[in-house]
Amino acid sequence: MSDELTRLKSETEAALAAVSDLKAWDAVRVSVLGRNGSLTALLKGLGALDPVSRRERGAALNRLRDELTQAIEARRVALEAAELDARLAAERLDPSLPPLPSPSGLIHPISRAAEEIAALFGAMGFRIAEGPDIEDDWRNFGALNIPAHHSAREDMDTFYLAAGADGRRPVLRTHTSPVQVRTMLSAPPPIRVIVPGRTYRADHDATHSPMFHQCEGLAIDRGLTLGHLKGCLIDFLRAYFGIGDLPVRFRSSYFPFTEPSMEVDIGWNRKTGELGRGGDWLEILGSGMVHPKVLANCGIDPREWQGFAFGMGIERVAMLKNGIPDLRPFYESDLRWLRHYGTSALLPTMLHEVGA
Amino acid sequence: MKFTLSWLRQHLDTGASLGDITDTLTKIGLELEGIDNPAEKLGGFRIARVVEAVQHPNADRLRACKVDTGEGIVSVVCGAPNARTGMKAVFATPGSYIPGTGITLQVGNIRGVESAGMLLSMREMGLGEDHTGIVDLPADAPVGVPYIEWAGIDDPVIEIAVTPNRGDALSVRGIARDLAAAGVGKLKPFSPAPVPVAYSSPLQWRIDFPEYCPWVLGRAVRGVRNGPSPDWLVRRLTSIGLRPINALVDVTNFFTFDLGRPLHVFDAGKVRGGVLTLRRGNGETLPGLHGKNVTLTDEDCAIADEAGAQSLAGVVGGEPTGCDEMTTEVFVECALFDPVQVALSGRRHGVSSDARQRFERGIDPALMPAALEAATRMIIELCGGEASETVAAGAEPAWQRQATLRFARLESFGGLAVPADEAVSRLERLGFGVAARDAEKVVVSVPSWRNDVAQESALDPSPDLPAEVAAKAAEGRAEIEPEADLIEEVLRLGGLDAVPPVSMPGIAPIPAPTLTTAQSRAALARRVLAARGLAECVTFSFMAAGRAALFDTALLAVDNPISADLDTMRPTPLATLAEAASRNAARGEPCALLFEVGPAFHPGHANRQRLTAAGLRAGMSPRHWAEASRPYDAMDAKADLWALLASLGVPMEALSVTADAPAYFHPGRSGTVRQGPKTVLGHFGVLHPRLCAALDLPQAAGFALDLDAIAEPKRRKRAAPDLPPFQPVRRDFAFLVDAGVPAEALLRAARGAERNLIAGVALFDRYEGEKVPAGKVSLAIEVTLQPRERTLTEAEIEAAAAKIVAAVAKATGAVLRG
Repeated sequence: MSDELTRLKSETEAALAAVSDLKAWDAVRVSVLGRNGSLTALLKGLGALDPVSRRERGAALNRLRDELTQAIEARRVALEAAELDARLAAERLDPSLPPLPSPSGLIHPISRAAEEIAALFGAMGFRIAEGPDIEDDWRNFGALNIPAHHSAREDMDTFYLAAGADGRRPVLRTHTSPVQVRTMLSAPPPIRVIVPGRTYRADHDATHSPMFHQCEGLAIDRGLTLGHLKGCLIDFLRAYFGIGDLPVRFRSSYFPFTEPSMEVDIGWNRKTGELGRGGDWLEILGSGMVHPKVLANCGIDPREWQGFAFGMGIERVAMLKNGIPDLRPFYESDLRWLRHYGTSALLPTMLHEVGA
Repeated sequence: MKFTLSWLRQHLDTGASLGDITDTLTKIGLELEGIDNPAEKLGGFRIARVVEAVQHPNADRLRACKVDTGEGIVSVVCGAPNARTGMKAVFATPGSYIPGTGITLQVGNIRGVESAGMLLSMREMGLGEDHTGIVDLPADAPVGVPYIEWAGIDDPVIEIAVTPNRGDALSVRGIARDLAAAGVGKLKPFSPAPVPVAYSSPLQWRIDFPEYCPWVLGRAVRGVRNGPSPDWLVRRLTSIGLRPINALVDVTNFFTFDLGRPLHVFDAGKVRGGVLTLRRGNGETLPGLHGKNVTLTDEDCAIADEAGAQSLAGVVGGEPTGCDEMTTEVFVECALFDPVQVALSGRRHGVSSDARQRFERGIDPALMPAALEAATRMIIELCGGEASETVAAGAEPAWQRQATLRFARLESFGGLAVPADEAVSRLERLGFGVAARDAEKVVVSVPSWRNDVAQESALDPSPDLPAEVAAKAAEGRAEIEPEADLIEEVLRLGGLDAVPPVSMPGIAPIPAPTLTTAQSRAALARRVLAARGLAECVTFSFMAAGRAALFDTALLAVDNPISADLDTMRPTPLATLAEAASRNAARGEPCALLFEVGPAFHPGHANRQRLTAAGLRAGMSPRHWAEASRPYDAMDAKADLWALLASLGVPMEALSVTADAPAYFHPGRSGTVRQGPKTVLGHFGVLHPRLCAALDLPQAAGFALDLDAIAEPKRRKRAAPDLPPFQPVRRDFAFLVDAGVPAEALLRAARGAERNLIAGVALFDRYEGEKVPAGKVSLAIEVTLQPRERTLTEAEIEAAAAKIVAAVAKATGAVLRG
């Protein structure tokens, strides 16, 4: 390489080393490679040479052009990186600042319990049936073998609305059992339904609310026995409370719409509230074989079809499962209470869950 | 139902422990409610003798006593003024818990004198109010014997819950019979010897109301001396919470509980005329023995003499002919009343008596003559005198009936294969008689006291059943019900725990869906709203009428509300949510984001209710360094509603919004959402400031969505997705339009300008102010053009733009902003 070219190379390298920003860098680039740049001028001079010299010098100049182009480009990358680093260093955020709050809604424990109950009975082939809160007295009472003189029909127990054109007062259903009647009348057996819903009784104190939720169950088929009733409820209770050996006791009792009727107790410790052990018994639901009169009132021949029904308080099982001590706050919508006992909207409802 | 252990033993021969008895009661359906065993609290207090009582050397008001406890002499300091040398008293040792004071005794030293125990007053034992001094027992009281044993107050009181079908268990004898049948002891015979007839009855019966009273017996006893009952009877009555009155009345109360046989005693000397007539009431007023006047209707049954009604039959007796200390001749009434009539009569007058409780569950019709003998005998034992003949009216109704049990049904219905012999034996122990038996079945006669078994009653069938279906079902019921009664009896005595549980047989390996579409939607609605930050509430279905009227005028009133603030069905859950938000605001919550999925009630709805999802954002959005706090507004509510609608699969392009929301919303900041021209899906907006003021609510925005109005999704095959290979082109347009024109009209016009090309229109700016003329607003939209066959040319884009401008201008009068 001629001295001239060596000098151009070293001068350019020195100039590149000296620049500190892209503007100065660009000036160097233009002074060498630009239209009037020093290297461009040398390349233009090639035309005046004889062919032999032109080839030699041309090759040298091309090499030099490649070297300088590379050096200039490398310098640009370095300068840009430095510039970005400097800019980012100035863009510092306090990473300890609180972020925007994300929405934190929740599902009410009654809905949660109803979904869990539905999942478990769903696995046993039950589907959900529903009916209106305001019923006629036949579906709420008469069809269920609760005759007109029964004390449950008294004003002190049952809410009524003003009488309609037929002179009969509609009832705020006292249980979700009228849906049994609707189900039996709507389609022939076999039937497996549960009926979660609002129910109403004229009672208001620490342990009673004028509105509460019940989940009724009805299974009618050929050959369902009291043994199936026991198996179904034991299977449910043990799965719902997550206690595989939960003691379950069945006691003979009386309801107008079942025969035989039984109360179901689970084992617990009265003092600590712990379920599953402790030697005490806690009444948790009522059940029985569907009364032949109820079947017949709904057009089902009890010689052919038989089955069982049960009813449980949704608040009651939710309270027991989640250790909720009082009934009244369920309906008060106190956000502090809801945040404490509510569950995430995204929590799945599976058959078995740990730590809902 | 309360009774004592010793009372039970009058009817039941048993060596079973109290625990065995109570466990069996619960097992066979006579659920134990509680036991009050005096021995647990008071069994340690024994009779002691005060050997010496002298003045305490260092205290004026105390006495220093030496007490013989039967196990030695101890020193006791006593403050009672009646403590004296030689008296018999009740002594508590150190370590005893004193029920009346709640203190556990310790050995003490009171001003220099040791006190190793305590001499008790009645109040300290919790046996009375007397605390003027320590209990002063007769000189012959035996030292060392537990006081309650000596005083005869150690009898455990057992309380059981009797279900409404078991009238027979409202008697000590009935309970004893059930226990004996379950294997706890043997039922003692009951056959009172007849009392000799000494004279003819001064009173006769007459029945003019046989529907109420089919049969009545009566007997007079003359020459009685009425007064306080003997100790054993007083103790028996007081132990179960009854107040002794006088011997004649106490006898009736005794048999009400002993045999479940209510009786009434008239003072024969006070009855006018020689006939007591059972007839309909005629509006007369009777001063009842419960201390209140009763005015008898013609549905009630009066027991009347010449002077008028003297008793409300089966419910409560009358004051004027009641027995007192002056009574010398008594007339005992032993009647059979119709259960339903008594229940209705008692309910009509709000009287719940022990008699009514038994009559309305049905009493043993066959027991009447024997019960009357037993009562007459006891009256003569306690009060002396001699008995008349028995007088009667009406006749014993035919209660006899049979029921059949097919043994195989014990397993195929009851789930437990009880051997035939055992099943029959259990029924016999309960008093059923075997009328016929073969290998398959047994026919039994039902005992007179079990009016709950194989009892005929009317069906109440659905009026919509086809006649042949109803007839076949009724026939099946007549066959199955008595058998179910017997199966229940057989299983009950063995305890239902003996029935082996069987898991439900599967219908299919994987069950069919549990939820319907509508139910899934309600669950999804909950999740969507909760995921948007709203807390789910469950509020009452009823509220105060005045509050409800702020939301709607057509309301459903509760006829018999439990309180005035819960007397009306809520017209929308938004109403009760607003109240909930107000309560939270009062607790100092700066904002309340709430929702509920539940019924809205309206007289015009099918079934008077619609399932509604309602949400409310009350107060200010949270304060945050990155985002200013602001009051929640109509667009927040609309965003909730829109997210909900989209998630429920509602075709969003088919929705329209108009500014005609119900009056409880801010008239200018609210909207009604329709699908198509008619179907109203819901409303949203800022709640009316007057409503907020009335509810003490900060500014709030909410929505209500009628979930029942959302159509079932159509089941059809989903189309293939639209994935054109060409890049979309986006163009912006700013229009100047009258402020009154709904933005939706402009967006819709733009969208419709070139349907095949325009894939989307979005409003990205809205300006109103000094840069545009008054009354005008600038709306800027971004239109997305989606070419499908080739890239668009500039000319094609210009043509589309011109169409958009023209369509918008035509629909809304808008002009492109210069």
